[in-house]
Amino acid sequence: MEKKIGEVLLSVDHISLAFGGVKALTDICFGIREKEVFAIIGPNGAGKTSMLNVINGFYHPQEGEITYKGIHRKQMKSHDAAVQGIARTFQNVALFKGMSTLDNIMTGRIIHMKRNLFWQSLYLGPARKEEMENREYVEDIIDFLEIQAIRRTPVGRLPYGLQKRVELGRALAMEPDLLLLDEPMAGMNIEEKQDMCRFILDVNDQYGTTIALIEHDMGVVMDISDRVVVLDYGKKLAEGSPDEIRANQDVIDAYLGVPH
Amino acid sequence: MKETTVTEKLSQVLDTIPKLLLDHAKKRADRPANRLKDLGIWQTWTWFDVAEEVRNLACGLAKIGFQRGDKLAVIGDNRPRLYWSMVAAQALGGIPVPLYQDSVAEEMVYVLENSDAKFAIVQNQEQTDKLLEIKDRLPHLEYICYEEPRGMHDYTQEFVFYYKDVQQTGRAFHGENPDYFLHEVEQGQGSDISIFLYTSGTTGKPKGVVLTSDNLIITARNSIDFDNLTCDEEVLAYLPMAWVGDNIFSLAQAYVIGFCVNCPENPETVMTDLKEIGPTYYFAPPAIYETVLTKVMIRMEDGGRIKRSMFNYFMELAKSVGIRILDGKHVSFSEKFLYSIGQILVYGPLRNNLGLSRTRLAYTAGEAIGPEIFEFFRSLGINIKQLYGQTEASVFICAQPDGQVKADTVGTAYPGVELRLADNSEVFYRSPGVFHSYYKNPESTAETKDAEGWVATGDAGFFDEDGHLKIIDRAKDVGRMTDGTMFAPKYIENKLKFFQFIKEAVAFGDGKDYATAFICIDIEAVSNWAERRNLAFSGYTDLSARDEVYDLLQECVESVNADLARDEKLSGSQIRRYMLLHKELDADDGELTRTRKVRRRIVTEKYAVLIAALDDPQQTHCEIDSQMTFEDGRTGIVHADLQIREAECHKTQLHTRAA
Repeated sequence: MEKKIGEVLLSVDHISLAFGGVKALTDICFGIREKEVFAIIGPNGAGKTSMLNVINGFYHPQEGEITYKGIHRKQMKSHDAAVQGIARTFQNVALFKGMSTLDNIMTGRIIHMKRNLFWQSLYLGPARKEEMENREYVEDIIDFLEIQAIRRTPVGRLPYGLQKRVELGRALAMEPDLLLLDEPMAGMNIEEKQDMCRFILDVNDQYGTTIALIEHDMGVVMDISDRVVVLDYGKKLAEGSPDEIRANQDVIDAYLGVPH
Repeated sequence: MKETTVTEKLSQVLDTIPKLLLDHAKKRADRPANRLKDLGIWQTWTWFDVAEEVRNLACGLAKIGFQRGDKLAVIGDNRPRLYWSMVAAQALGGIPVPLYQDSVAEEMVYVLENSDAKFAIVQNQEQTDKLLEIKDRLPHLEYICYEEPRGMHDYTQEFVFYYKDVQQTGRAFHGENPDYFLHEVEQGQGSDISIFLYTSGTTGKPKGVVLTSDNLIITARNSIDFDNLTCDEEVLAYLPMAWVGDNIFSLAQAYVIGFCVNCPENPETVMTDLKEIGPTYYFAPPAIYETVLTKVMIRMEDGGRIKRSMFNYFMELAKSVGIRILDGKHVSFSEKFLYSIGQILVYGPLRNNLGLSRTRLAYTAGEAIGPEIFEFFRSLGINIKQLYGQTEASVFICAQPDGQVKADTVGTAYPGVELRLADNSEVFYRSPGVFHSYYKNPESTAETKDAEGWVATGDAGFFDEDGHLKIIDRAKDVGRMTDGTMFAPKYIENKLKFFQFIKEAVAFGDGKDYATAFICIDIEAVSNWAERRNLAFSGYTDLSARDEVYDLLQECVESVNADLARDEKLSGSQIRRYMLLHKELDADDGELTRTRKVRRRIVTEKYAVLIAALDDPQQTHCEIDSQMTFEDGRTGIVHADLQIREAECHKTQLHTRAA
């Protein structure tokens, strides 16, 4: 079945970012549409993670503008991005190692919890009800990601592939409109990659979440993405469907290298 | 008025599973019948709920087109809804055919085709996909119904149904035809075919074992009497639904006596779920008990010194006291006192951790279980027993009665079972559980079951002095030595393999003057042992040629001999000469099957020189060049000079008991 790809959810216009003299991003433009799986690829140091950091407000570009849900913004704090429905995972897993899987995913619900510290520490009345509702949502995610068996295990003890899955769970718990995945498959074996691909597609399918991902593994990207943008040396090299990208000579040159 | 007469009739003859269900729904309506952990919480269905669920499903299936005699394939993990599917099919006079859920689509083709399955109820998208992949080759398969809706909203085929939608249809159908379901259930009889169970078929195609309601229900009744099961039991259903045992333990017994069957959240959470449920009655194959024991031992090694010595002290005590308490034998007051302290400090917490706190009765079967594993669980006060069974017998052939439990027998004939040994020691039985036939396979039926109802097991065994059956090998592998002594290679090999230092063993004796054996050391265990003794070695071949290692293994072999000497019939097959092979037996070299069973014929051919040397009492060593395949696929020649050792053989010691 064809899925319905909607209007542009987030657009990036003429973004440039520099750290001192180093230009990380130069004049980047693209748009991420609702309900699509959008991939940003490129060789090492191409500016992929910087791009993601710009999108969720961690870096502030010197030039250009980001439009998210029709609202222009120049600068935004990361936590504002979270409240507005942008969630992300990290290239190096950033979980609370000593906490259980369940607790880690529960932290993703914090922006949906309204009761104050007083009520929460008493765990009475409305706070309790709220906790139960959120727990139910989290249990749904645990079921969805098939991690029931590690519900009570401290994440520090889990293998890397599972930690990545827990991190995805925590991002999902925020009920994001836009999910940013920074190298979700890095350091995984083939089987874990396949699992992760399936989860990404299922998330996109079932929750209708728009997904923007950075990935090294070209095969994976081409299989699961609807559209791909290629960065190289901080510049946009190409944009299009996986087939178009595969046939693009510039991209081939960038990846395989050309004699200068 | 009509309703009461129908139900009255039902309570008189509860000879089918659906009739039993309706009876429970009346008598113990609000008692739990099934539980399933879903979204982290145990969901409960009472007998009343289950009856309703089954009725709605059955009516829905009937509405779609299910007719008497139709076959319903059931594929998935242990789920209450899948159990209900089986009962719903039986209520309509149909036949459920559970399949192994981890089979690939290709493997399912044969069973689905052979059983003429017209309906299939499956757990999820994964199983649905498998069926869709092969549906073109299955002319009989018309309808597929799935239980979990996840990922299924794109499946628009008109023959694919959602379980709850079918039940919804069924509810409406029941509203219009309130007598239909009861009427259908009433038509069922004990002699009706209740289920097809396909045996995994290590040789050739799987065979569909046809069991009747009487087979299952009479067997279940006998077993309930034998072990005093009550309606308060709790079991965890985690073994494949396609396996006969699950149909007895989680279905027939539960429906006869009315206990609660719990289904785990998913296959990976079984250990956690076990702990939460705390089953009172538990079945597991030996491998699971072994894993549990290993885990406990490894974790104790990591424990602090005080804890470790406390554990060791009390486990030593439990070995003598706990087992005697279980067997109802005499225990002195001070022993009882110490044991109860152990109960508080060690046994109780340990059992709780393993999820066996409430376990009154545990069974194991399928393979020989190591005596130390058996002893470990019994000393903790868990009444673990062995049984011997087959799909063709509706499980039970032999089982150990309480108080007469031994590690190396499978017990006495089960209530209602007659046993007979043929001249070649093959075990034959006749019982109310004996299967009806193999589906569409009269030749195999005739080969296995004779006109009087005796069934050949294919296993060889004998009775020990207490009348307990000992299974020693497959009947076709049992040979005779020149003096006429029975020679059962697998029995001896298993005894050897129970030692942690022995990975594989191959015993020879058929047509020989004395028994001999090849032994492959377990490199991990032996190298660990060697390291602790500062014994330097370069690799497998070097290590297994060491005198020190031979000395270590000598003890193992001689203790096996001492064990064999206890049995009059096997005493003659004590191992006189043995050697440690210079390489591990390997599936890549064709010496093992992929499931790690020794290919006796190939080993015999390949190492003919070594066998000849073992048979010649003059030779003390033997040289061999053998080809081996390395892990990267290259092959090489390994040269070795192997030492032959003689082991002490014991005189037959009659009527001494194993401890």
